[in-house]
Amino acid sequence: MPKDHGIGASSKRREDVRFLTGTGNYTDDINVYGQAYVAFVRSDVAHGRITGIDTAAAEAMPGVLKIFTGSDFEGVGGLPCGWQVTDRFGEVMKEPPHPVLAQGKVRHVGEMVAAVVAESLQEARDAADAVMLDIEELPAIVDMKKAVASSETLVHDEIGTNLCYDWGFVEDNRDAVNQAIKGAAHVTTLELVNNRLVANPMEPRVAVGDYNRAGDMSTLYTTSQNPHVIRLLMGAFVLGIPEHKLRVVAPDVGGGFGTKIFHYAEEAFCTFAARALKRPVKWTSTRSEAFMSDAHGRDHVTKIELALDEANNFVAVRTETYANMGAYLSTFAPSVPTWLHGTLMAGNYKTPNIYVNVKAVFTNTVPVDAYRGAGRPEATFQLERVIDKAARELGVDPMALRRQNFITEFPYATPVAVEYDTGDYHATADKIAEIADFAGFETRRKESEAKGKLRGLGINCYIEACGIAPSNLVGQLGARAGLYESATVRVNATGSLSVMTGSHSHGQGHETSFPQVVSEMIGIPEDQIEIVHGDTANTPMGMGTYGSRSLAVGGSAIVRATEKIIRKATKIAAHLLEASEADIELKNGAFSVAGTDKSVAWGDVTLAAYVPHNYPLEDIEPGLEETAFYDPSNFTYPSGAYACEVEVDPETGQVTVERFSAADDFGNVINPMIVEGQVHGGVAQGIGQALLENCVYDETGQLLSASYMDYAMPRADNVPMVTVDHSCQTPCTHNPLGVKGCGEAGAIGSPPAVINAVIDALHSGGFTHVTHIDMPATPNRVWAAMQG
Amino acid sequence: MYAFEIERPKSVDEALAALGAEEAQPISGGQTLIPTLKQRLAMPSKLVSLSGIDELRYLRREGDALMIGGGATHGMVAREAATDFPGLAKLAGKIGDPAVRNRGTIGGSIANNDPSACYPSAAMACGATIVTNSREIAADEYFQGMFMTALEEGEIVTGVRFPIPQASAYMKFEQIASRFPLVGVFVARFADRVGVGVTGASNNGVLRWREAEEALAANFSPDALADVTAPRASDMIADLHGTAEYRAHLIPVMTKRAVAAAE
Repeated sequence: MPKDHGIGASSKRREDVRFLTGTGNYTDDINVYGQAYVAFVRSDVAHGRITGIDTAAAEAMPGVLKIFTGSDFEGVGGLPCGWQVTDRFGEVMKEPPHPVLAQGKVRHVGEMVAAVVAESLQEARDAADAVMLDIEELPAIVDMKKAVASSETLVHDEIGTNLCYDWGFVEDNRDAVNQAIKGAAHVTTLELVNNRLVANPMEPRVAVGDYNRAGDMSTLYTTSQNPHVIRLLMGAFVLGIPEHKLRVVAPDVGGGFGTKIFHYAEEAFCTFAARALKRPVKWTSTRSEAFMSDAHGRDHVTKIELALDEANNFVAVRTETYANMGAYLSTFAPSVPTWLHGTLMAGNYKTPNIYVNVKAVFTNTVPVDAYRGAGRPEATFQLERVIDKAARELGVDPMALRRQNFITEFPYATPVAVEYDTGDYHATADKIAEIADFAGFETRRKESEAKGKLRGLGINCYIEACGIAPSNLVGQLGARAGLYESATVRVNATGSLSVMTGSHSHGQGHETSFPQVVSEMIGIPEDQIEIVHGDTANTPMGMGTYGSRSLAVGGSAIVRATEKIIRKATKIAAHLLEASEADIELKNGAFSVAGTDKSVAWGDVTLAAYVPHNYPLEDIEPGLEETAFYDPSNFTYPSGAYACEVEVDPETGQVTVERFSAADDFGNVINPMIVEGQVHGGVAQGIGQALLENCVYDETGQLLSASYMDYAMPRADNVPMVTVDHSCQTPCTHNPLGVKGCGEAGAIGSPPAVINAVIDALHSGGFTHVTHIDMPATPNRVWAAMQG
Repeated sequence: MYAFEIERPKSVDEALAALGAEEAQPISGGQTLIPTLKQRLAMPSKLVSLSGIDELRYLRREGDALMIGGGATHGMVAREAATDFPGLAKLAGKIGDPAVRNRGTIGGSIANNDPSACYPSAAMACGATIVTNSREIAADEYFQGMFMTALEEGEIVTGVRFPIPQASAYMKFEQIASRFPLVGVFVARFADRVGVGVTGASNNGVLRWREAEEALAANFSPDALADVTAPRASDMIADLHGTAEYRAHLIPVMTKRAVAAAE
């Protein structure tokens, strides 16, 4: 019998009632009395010198309150970067300023040059159209390799280069890796592109700045995955507002996928303008603005070499990656191609020698930062593609080649600085063969061929580092933040609970799964537990939600706080039952004395805490509220094996995903239904990256894929029913729940499986000259590859 | 969007009178125009909506032809042409999504003549007649290149008369993002001729593939196209979704499939 509540139950997502009935409270639903509206004037050229901004005509237009330009932000801090990478030579990365409104130059299409605040949105937009920009256009640089080679066209003149950093990891491995490759029996080389993506959460970004003169208090309502982080970054580094005078609220947020982690100029602007004008100021992004101002994802160009010995054992991996930073460093951009990518290059394999080189490059494009998976999909894609290519070159079964090289003993210290605590890669490999029905593939292939289609089977094994992250470790790696999480458990007098968490739910289902954990621990119904999140005024300082960290880190903080509650409540119960604390047991919401029929209900204990008439006041304080901060001792390492079957239409190159199966090891699972939903969503995004999505700039820096007419999002008919399994469970050894995180796995594990399947299909049709197709494998690209 | 006035006439005469105003622009469903307005890419001072004109919302059989009022939505065509002209009904049933099909009209599509619109391929293949408030225009003369038509200022499409073929089919190869046709081919077989209309592909807008029409008139089978000269890549659209060569390649592929599917 599956459980119907607590850990392991598929409790229905309580938040969906409001999401699905139009009663959510999103940032755009928030309207503050007296609010004005801002329309931003954005650059329509990719690179240029601002020689004049004429606001006179616009200022005279109806409803206009004030027009801001870069000069209004002199003396105001720029947007800070939260991570400092040190390069191969011991130098810190180049970190040019990132102004709120452009200063002197514009560096990408969509950069904000001026801002018009007016009584109504229509008036703000009309006046924004009337702001005359005089921009002396400069040559733009979009291609990363050209950018690195160029000394004439510089995105930031003052740093004298377009290279942000040249990172080697682990630099000490470099010579050994070179030697191993030189002496290897076989080396497989692959050059590939990890395509630039636009996250496209359903809800575009919104910011409402408010200012209360009476208390000198600023409030920012914003679409954020981490309101405390925004408060710290914006308050301390941009606007100079101390935290106690700044509140950041991120209410219901309609999807984040990473792009709502970062601190954006629009948020700082609305907070700043509200103080300047003593009026609330609101901005709601249009979808067009989202395409040219939300941080993009991925955009790596990589060469990977895999060296094998005579027995097909992996002996070395060497990579060289160009990683696009865009025009400015977004909040966590430098960490994505380095610590979230280089550390994963061992994959599931015991390759003894690994060296990763990453050149981060400034270009005249929108900043690039974390997007679902962030660095780990890029690592997995190149590794799993080159292994597949090697298997073909060597004429061996691709799964057998993987299995032969699997890590099987844990803990396992990789040559790229992380230690996997636990895992069982053969178990998920066995499971995928079963659920994907490898045995029936040849029959299905024949059926496809009878219809004139080519059919391919692609597999992929992945590992990811989640549960981000041990603060002391990431501090050594350049993080300018701690990555613990916080929770306050407030027990109310009659026994219900409010759990204030620093995690932030923007679709993940925390309001359902977190109560399951607490319910399991105390034995009270889930509906007696409420999750409070998203407001710096009523949650402890926490770091928010990304990197599949909320349950592993945030959930662990809730466990620690709940343990403190139980310890204190046990003392109260012992007093009430006139028994020794050591004899008290908590079960099914009641405290009892072991070996007796004496017991006291949870609600009576909590009431005693707030009505302490009969209470051990000499030993403990009244009340029942505890806070815990949890800092993980290691990353968690979810892993799994995915399989994709595609059909390719040989006449048109059209690829359709016919079957997709995912066997994941997420450690312990709190809510299987939510976990499966996370995998479904991740796989849909991964199929989107593999077959559909592509953010394209032309060589002048104009964004060609600037709307849904040209940027293809995955739709229901692009994604088959996904068969998921999470029965292979090797619990995480270092957090109290034994959980690993599941939010990004689908997006990490699926792209290589899709492309491996496409290549397999083409080979089955005799197109053996095709060794790789870059994502997205559009019909045109597949057809062109078949032509040779 | 900029502010504009809107009029909702109830008859063609009222519509024509309203369109006499300076900068007045007709809107017939608005599935292209409204997104354009939202992006502030057009600034008409007055829109004259044709959607409320009941006399334009009909499909009716006229002998061997199907007459479709300019205000008929794609959804109406999909439903009401299903018996008389299934090839056209299926074309209409795959335009956009239900919301688009319930707003967009055949008159609006034909008047806009987007190079990736579906209907023009059927109009060309069938030798349809475009009926306006003042005259009748043969499809071959009506479509004059991307977004270009024979319509005069203030002239509106009141209907389209399609000769009903014995068999027909439309095959659309979708652009992956917009799902407009990257290449769409409508094949119509009549007693004495075959029509092949191609949309989405050419720099010159919708076209007839006359070599294929001749070959198929002699032998209405996919094999008949084996040695037929295909439209040249040099005339095809090239963009981020498809090279000119790819579009040129798709024309015979989609034509063969349309022939095989014709009913």
